[in-house]
Amino acid sequence: MTEPRFSPLRLLVAAIRPIDPILFGLLAVLLGYAFVLMHSASPERIASLLVNAGVALAAMWLAARLPPQRLLSLALPLYAAGVLLLIAVDLFGETSKGATRWLDIGITRIQPSEIMKIAMPLMLAWYFQQREGHIRLREFVVAGALLAVPVALILVQPDLGTSLLVAAAGFYVIFFAGLSWKLIVPVALVGVVGIGAIVGFGDQLCQPGVDWQVLREYQKHRVCTLLDPTQDPLGRGFHIIQSTIAIGSGGLLGKGWTEGTQTHLAFLPERHTDFIFSVLAEEFGLLGALLLLASYLLLLLRGFVIAAQAPSLATRLLAGSITMIFFTYAFVNMGMVSGILPVVGVPLPFISYGGTALVTLCLGIGILMSIQRSRVLAKG
Amino acid sequence: MTEFRTPEEELGRFRRRVLVAGIVALVCFGLLAARFYYLQVVRHDYFLTRAEDNRIGLVPIVPTRGAILDRNGVTLARNFAAYTLEITPSQVADLDETIDALSEIVTIDARDRRRFRKLLEESRNFESVPIRTRLDDAEVARFVARRYRFPGVEVQARLFRDYPQGEVASHVIGYIGRINLRDQERIEERGDTANYRGSDHIGKSGLELSYETELHGVTGVEQVEVNAGGRAVRVMSRTPATTGSDLELTLDIELQKVAEAAFGDRRGALVAIDPRTGGVLALASKPAFDPNLFVDGISTADWNELNDSPDHPLLNRAIFSAYPPGSTFKPFMALAALTTGKRTANQAIADPGYFSFAGRRFMDDKVGGHGMVDLHKSIVVSCNTYYYQLANDLGIEGIAGFMAPLGFGSRTGIDIPGEAEGVLPSPAWKRGRFKKPEQQRWYGGETISVGIGQGYNAYTPVQLANALATIVNGGQVFRPHVVRHVIDTASGERRAIQPEPIRQLAIKPAHLAAVREAMVDVNKSGTGARAFAGAPYSAGGKTGTAQVYSLKGSKYVAGRVRERLRDHSWFIAYAPAENPTIALAVLVENGGFGAQSAAPIARQVIDYHLLGARLDAPAREDAEAAEAEDDTHAGHDAEPTP
Repeated sequence: MTEPRFSPLRLLVAAIRPIDPILFGLLAVLLGYAFVLMHSASPERIASLLVNAGVALAAMWLAARLPPQRLLSLALPLYAAGVLLLIAVDLFGETSKGATRWLDIGITRIQPSEIMKIAMPLMLAWYFQQREGHIRLREFVVAGALLAVPVALILVQPDLGTSLLVAAAGFYVIFFAGLSWKLIVPVALVGVVGIGAIVGFGDQLCQPGVDWQVLREYQKHRVCTLLDPTQDPLGRGFHIIQSTIAIGSGGLLGKGWTEGTQTHLAFLPERHTDFIFSVLAEEFGLLGALLLLASYLLLLLRGFVIAAQAPSLATRLLAGSITMIFFTYAFVNMGMVSGILPVVGVPLPFISYGGTALVTLCLGIGILMSIQRSRVLAKG
Repeated sequence: MTEFRTPEEELGRFRRRVLVAGIVALVCFGLLAARFYYLQVVRHDYFLTRAEDNRIGLVPIVPTRGAILDRNGVTLARNFAAYTLEITPSQVADLDETIDALSEIVTIDARDRRRFRKLLEESRNFESVPIRTRLDDAEVARFVARRYRFPGVEVQARLFRDYPQGEVASHVIGYIGRINLRDQERIEERGDTANYRGSDHIGKSGLELSYETELHGVTGVEQVEVNAGGRAVRVMSRTPATTGSDLELTLDIELQKVAEAAFGDRRGALVAIDPRTGGVLALASKPAFDPNLFVDGISTADWNELNDSPDHPLLNRAIFSAYPPGSTFKPFMALAALTTGKRTANQAIADPGYFSFAGRRFMDDKVGGHGMVDLHKSIVVSCNTYYYQLANDLGIEGIAGFMAPLGFGSRTGIDIPGEAEGVLPSPAWKRGRFKKPEQQRWYGGETISVGIGQGYNAYTPVQLANALATIVNGGQVFRPHVVRHVIDTASGERRAIQPEPIRQLAIKPAHLAAVREAMVDVNKSGTGARAFAGAPYSAGGKTGTAQVYSLKGSKYVAGRVRERLRDHSWFIAYAPAENPTIALAVLVENGGFGAQSAAPIARQVIDYHLLGARLDAPAREDAEAAEAEDDTHAGHDAEPTP
């Protein structure tokens, strides 16, 4: 072996090698959406979006370069650190808008629940990998407990949205690990019947005096607002009403870039973050919305292919879970802004403004790339 | 969960799960796509409308109200900008606390607080409500320096209505006030709702009410793009407001001042008309009120004082109060006699001092009578007996038939709101007036009283003035009007209020001349002689006394009757006699005989009108006239004499 000579070309090839072109292409499309929409919704944030995107791409690249085994070896410490931080947040975190979610570590505030979004599937994938060939009911119980702890810690912050996302991320690993349908189907049925009951008896359940026991008053409020936004037209309902108006008024082809009146006259709340899809739907219409859906579908397709071809149990579980997380973000966000799901703080993946979420999601892309590359390496 | 499985089995199972997940994702995305299709295609029109509704706000631009000027351009009503301190209740946590804190900076008295409370009840929460109006510069400065302490409180420049003449002509000009529910209903009935969007004030009385449409102007509109906070972001189009028209009156404010001053503290009314056009030169009703009190909403104390006063200062006596005309009716009766041919000018009767009818004696004032009385003398000395007989000869239908076209008993149509009809008695009127059959019957004796202007007769000062104007201008009946021109402030175009007569009466000039000659002699040698002594012009006139209280059988002595029961004093006059430019009717409530208190007022007004001579002192009562008792009180003795 000769010592490789310093060559910019070779360096570039080495740098590009871990990057999966299909995933990267789709990510580029989605980030393209982000810039186009940000220019309309909040042009003054373009610069910081650029910085966020840079950091996120760097994180992606780093994750893509690391072999999956190295990533999985980080699972336990990351998970442990995440849980400890969550406990710390609950004990002495910063309170903002009635919820304690942040921890001030001097230089910056961190939101440990975000770490959990990646740490959770990593941890469970690592755990199942350890028990490969012996996965029985006991292992699922342990996995469930590993999942329950951080979810409970996030739930008391309170942050229903994030706890559901973390729970979902963990559940996907467990699901792909082979949790029996006998367990999944009844729970899903109970869920469907429960939601059906809320929708069906919404009028009675949303009466002021009715106490929902499990959910906090504001959460009940959100669900009730979804059922009938006009109940609270200037509060929570206002968001849904205005967002639906934005989407509906966009029509087939939209009002044109930067021409959305709902967007530009401040009728759309949080238009650069959770409600950025409404900007897209208003300015680019059904066509723009369907193109975005298609982009996400292709991304999911690529993720599922990577998962299906992944070399080991852990990488399969991880790839499947990450792909489903992308799906969950996209579905919940678009579902909530178009008024079919309650308003929970879930960003539109890769497009909503917000550094932490973008970095986390790009880390997920990087992990998928790493897994894809490990398959290629394993084959080779 | 089988325990032992080959890696191939594991992989196959995993791939099936991935397939399931993929299908779930696909279904969910399909659901989203369907939702988007529903919102963006099926219900697109609906949401587009909603978005437009969201987007466009219409902001009314309130027009500036027109000014009111007298015939010489003197301002009677105008606008001026002043600062008001306004509170938006929805933005204030504790109203009382805020007002208390404000009162340390600017004067806020109890009245301001009460008015604020009242306006608060009427207003919507997001509107700003004035707490103090007309701040001076020092107060504005003090507030602005401390503005940061008062979120939801701001100083705004607003236009206020101002009546620089104060009480003078207040019954003519009227006043504006805040739009209340009743005004709102009227506006809606007129279909004028859009034009009043943004307007706070509306004419409530006088010309401010009757010319509301002209004065108000046309509200403009600004189409603005608004954001979610309702704040205007961008003006899309703008239709400017059209300032209300100015009113130029026929009224001479200086003459009006003379008239009002001449009344002094006495209650009464005066209407002076230019007989050539029907234009009102002066229209006084005393006591008057200060219209400025009403602009910001009148205080309860001020309102009670005006409303509860026994003098009824808010009552426009000139057009609303109807009184028996007394002897001022005689010239018109004389004209009826000549026109119908019941009398000739030279025909004379012997006056024994009374007229007997159906066993009753109708008394003259002069004991023993006036001797031989012809038409001329009947007016000059105000002989009752002549008119008792005449009334009997004309009959009630004859009297009513002649008087109605002169405008007696019907509204003159003057352009000030609130005119009363008065009563021109007739059998038909009586049938409509009373319910019981015995009350509905017309009695012959009642005709006799009507003949001297008593009985059921009741006319407003404006009716009397206008009827007089008609007989001095050759028989043209005008609609009296206070406004001469409506001036479009934008184009300067002046729309004249039509001086065309509404009808021409068929009265022979010779007959008119005969009556007028007699009226001139009233002021030379008759009942008006003292009041017009030394006048360098010749004027026609007639005194009258309207009976307030029937002293059954006993002799009327003014001093012995409580002031409120004293007779009303009338005087009608015109000048110059040759070519009259003014015809007026003066009524002094409880003023006694016509010659006593009404005639001196008429003299002052005519003096000013013709000579420019001005006397700010009230017209003094003619004491000698009172002693002379040379006027009619016949109605007092309408009882059968024993």
